[in-house]
Amino acid sequence: MVDLPSSSPLRSGTRRVARSRLLTPLLLLASWELASRAGLIPQHVLAAPSAVFATMLGMIASGELPANLLVSFRRVALGLAFGFGTGVVLALIAGLSRAGEAWVDPLLQIKRAIPVVALAPLFIVWFGIGETTKVALIAFATLFPVYLNLYNGIRGVDRRLLDAASSFGLDRWQLIVHVILPGALPSLLVGLRYALTIAIVMLVIAEQINASAGLGFLVNNARDFMRTDIIVVCLMVYALLGLGADLIVRTLEDRALAWRPKLVEA
Amino acid sequence: MSVTMFPTVRDAAPVVRLRGLTRRFGTNTILHQLDLDVARGEFVALLGHSGSGKTTLLRTLAGLDAAEGQDVAIPSARAVVFQDARLLPWKKVWANVALGLPRAAARARADVALAEVALSHRADAWPLTLSGGEAQRTALARALVREPQLLLLDEPFAALDALTRMRMHELVFKLWRTHRPAVLIVTHDVDEAIALADRVLVLDRGRIALEERIAAERGQRSGAVRELRRRLLAALGVEAASGSYADAVAGHVAEAAE
Repeated sequence: MVDLPSSSPLRSGTRRVARSRLLTPLLLLASWELASRAGLIPQHVLAAPSAVFATMLGMIASGELPANLLVSFRRVALGLAFGFGTGVVLALIAGLSRAGEAWVDPLLQIKRAIPVVALAPLFIVWFGIGETTKVALIAFATLFPVYLNLYNGIRGVDRRLLDAASSFGLDRWQLIVHVILPGALPSLLVGLRYALTIAIVMLVIAEQINASAGLGFLVNNARDFMRTDIIVVCLMVYALLGLGADLIVRTLEDRALAWRPKLVEA
Repeated sequence: MSVTMFPTVRDAAPVVRLRGLTRRFGTNTILHQLDLDVARGEFVALLGHSGSGKTTLLRTLAGLDAAEGQDVAIPSARAVVFQDARLLPWKKVWANVALGLPRAAARARADVALAEVALSHRADAWPLTLSGGEAQRTALARALVREPQLLLLDEPFAALDALTRMRMHELVFKLWRTHRPAVLIVTHDVDEAIALADRVLVLDRGRIALEERIAAERGQRSGAVRELRRRLLAALGVEAASGSYADAVAGHVAEAAE
């Protein structure tokens, strides 16, 4: 954002505050705190921000929060690794050969028609209520966005670039390495971004299943004791996980897609 | 002793030889019984309307369309420069030039080719940051680095501004003189064809409608080609008075006034 030069520094300062994107969130936080102190919002309905903050510091100091966060993080990481890996392999098979498309794509379209959450009961019967079910749910849910985006990316590679490259005598393998895969990379990263979002949603859902550790376990316990402060702390951690995931993809994009002209530079 | 031992005889063998080339898409005949020879080192220009079969002919010569059951001989060392430069945006300029070369000498050969088109300073740039003229010069370097026997230029300067186009004509002529590939340039521009080529072909509805050889030296053609220009334009369906483009419009006004 570029602020136009203003005649009076005082007025420009006021305007900057009025336009700041922090203004409304801070106002909301302040009114929430005031309402809690005035007794308008009882503790068992929603804890005050100051109380939430104090609880968070306590949970960090006791090691309760880091330990459980690590358990949740491991579930997401494992689930994503399996889901992403399988999605990439299936997309390569379907994207690079007509026969592969005929084998793989129908199965994945059937899979897409079934909401992954609805598979939870079946997974519990198969894998029990332990870690496997949770990781499998995340893996199964993240597979599809990766598959679909990479597959479309491969199929959408500019025909004219392929023509040009083959006119210089590149063989099929060289075409895949130099033209098709780099051309599909932006789509793969879009798929990864979707997958990260879905992975966190699935984590929340999977941790409702009798978790004995992890963020979901903390939330379930807190619910039973009406500890709204702990619930809010966990919500914040979920949000931070989402932001962190987004930051990772953005960094990857900046590195891998350095060849794309930046809009801001134009 | 066989006469084919003589170098002059070997040189006379054409680089491109098409006999009775016919191409159909469905019921549409794009090319019809087309014969074409291009001699070693010859510079040929191909004129034609859109839909005359130029692109199909060029794709056949580039080996992009399989020519099974057709009498088609094209050299294995060939390269194409397209109207849109078609650089891979995710490879730096030098890597685009080196595309498909053996890795060992790739960078060195790319640098030499880029120096020839005066683009050494852009070797490490991303293609999307190049100007139109720079992109086409990169495409030329990418084509020439392969030392092609046949260089195909598909309306390579059509998207450039007039001044850049003039500089590109000079560059292409210089590179042709140095490397001596056979060149086939597809163009809409009659003046471009006359200025550059040894021989000009007009393609119309899948056949060669007109073939003209230009004997005059390049750079001294304006007098010799006054009539040629009119004939080529007539074959393309444009009535023009003889002379250069500077006279073309005035000629029409004079006729209208009569």
